[in-house]
Amino acid sequence: MISLIVDVFLLALLVLIAVMVVRTCKLYAVIVMSGAYSLTSAAIFVNLDAVDVAFTEAAVGAGISTILFLAVMAYVPADEKPSLNRNVLAGFICIGAGALLLLAVADLPSFGDPMSQVHQHVAPRYLLESGSALHIPNVVTTVLASYRGFDTLGETIVVFTAGLGVLMLLAGATRTHRMAKKTGKKTALGVSKRLSKILPKTMGKKA
Amino acid sequence: MIEQLGDSWNYIIVIILMMTGLFIVIARTNLIKKLIGLSIFQTSVFIFYISLGKVAGGTAPILDGNPGTLYSNPLPHVLILTAIVVGVATTALGLALILRINEAFGSIEEDEIIAAKLNQSLARPKRPLDKHSD
Amino acid sequence: MKQNPVFRVVAKILFAPIIMFGLYVQFHGDYSPGGGFQAGVIIAAAFILHAIVFGLESGRQIVSARVNLWMMVFGVLLYGGVGVVSMAKGGLFLDYTALTGSVATGQHIGILLVELGVGLTVTSVMLAVFHAFAGFVEDRAK
Repeated sequence: MISLIVDVFLLALLVLIAVMVVRTCKLYAVIVMSGAYSLTSAAIFVNLDAVDVAFTEAAVGAGISTILFLAVMAYVPADEKPSLNRNVLAGFICIGAGALLLLAVADLPSFGDPMSQVHQHVAPRYLLESGSALHIPNVVTTVLASYRGFDTLGETIVVFTAGLGVLMLLAGATRTHRMAKKTGKKTALGVSKRLSKILPKTMGKKA
Repeated sequence: MIEQLGDSWNYIIVIILMMTGLFIVIARTNLIKKLIGLSIFQTSVFIFYISLGKVAGGTAPILDGNPGTLYSNPLPHVLILTAIVVGVATTALGLALILRINEAFGSIEEDEIIAAKLNQSLARPKRPLDKHSD
Repeated sequence: MKQNPVFRVVAKILFAPIIMFGLYVQFHGDYSPGGGFQAGVIIAAAFILHAIVFGLESGRQIVSARVNLWMMVFGVLLYGGVGVVSMAKGGLFLDYTALTGSVATGQHIGILLVELGVGLTVTSVMLAVFHAFAGFVEDRAK
């Protein structure tokens, strides 16, 4: 019962923060609020038994992501310019889509139902096997790394690719070009001269 | 009535949050605000998944050796855990694009960028980026 | 923030414990909440704290751009390499049981290596992204 009250309260708090994000025009305040939003949702995840997810959300959403937003704010204007022209149309779209989704809620399993379809497929097998066969107590780790190792390999590659993309957009293009000119053989990223002749054309192409 | 609301309270909140995020993405022209709207939308989906994985009276899926313990479903946790990290990686990519857009057009407001883009294609002035290449 | 002694002392004191905590999360992920993704972010946070307090240049001296890039690549390759080794030992791709022949030890070693790969990639991607954002203008001006 206590857990349900905490759940209801935290979710209401989340809606409050989201509404404040909509109404605030100062971007620094909005970014700090989105950090608070992440931390509140981490608390909700703990309450819903997802400790690993809460850990990740607290470290990533409230920590790294806020830092990255603040780092970008050093280069862009601090205030959002007010724009009212699309509010009514967007409001209609969102209320309409929200109403349709609310109709669909009736078909969802009730909250916490142990007999719902979600808990019938592979989850019982994960919970039974990883203790007796694998001897690893944290089921989330075994599912993440072993049962669904392909998924995680894909996710790791996505993170890697996103990192490469950021490097190409921000640092890679100019530096590769500049270093190739300066030293003549090696670039900052260790690319050979021949390769760096091709790279600026693809990496450093301007809009 | 109260019982029914308790059964679907999480889903209702998830939908409200999702629509708030969608509203920010559609109605606001500031690109940073749009990204934050996207992350609000994203988090609402995370809460939806985790709510589906919750078993009433269950505990976190870390085995304690006791055969009678009831655990919540670990599968949504795994899916969302990786999704959060991928989410921040893609947010970083979006922020990098915003920085480059700001450099090229001197603004992160959508309507100003469109106006600048229109001017550029009409007049073909010297592009502000050109001083950096070569 | 280098001038402020409070920031400097706190950053120096906290740097090692944060990395220790990250390593604990990384290698104790089998028994408690944690794993490569969380540990990677925590370790990156330690380096980011250092870079914020002592300046970007000193942050880049600790972990240079090239080392960072190779760590990124090495993490992904370690993950894929575990899969290839298990294939070479006669199993399927990412079938850790084939690594040693028994379910318990094979899965333990496989999961440990794979999580290490994830941790390396996430650490260096987060760090590289932060360095790229924080040094955007300086890099351009050079």
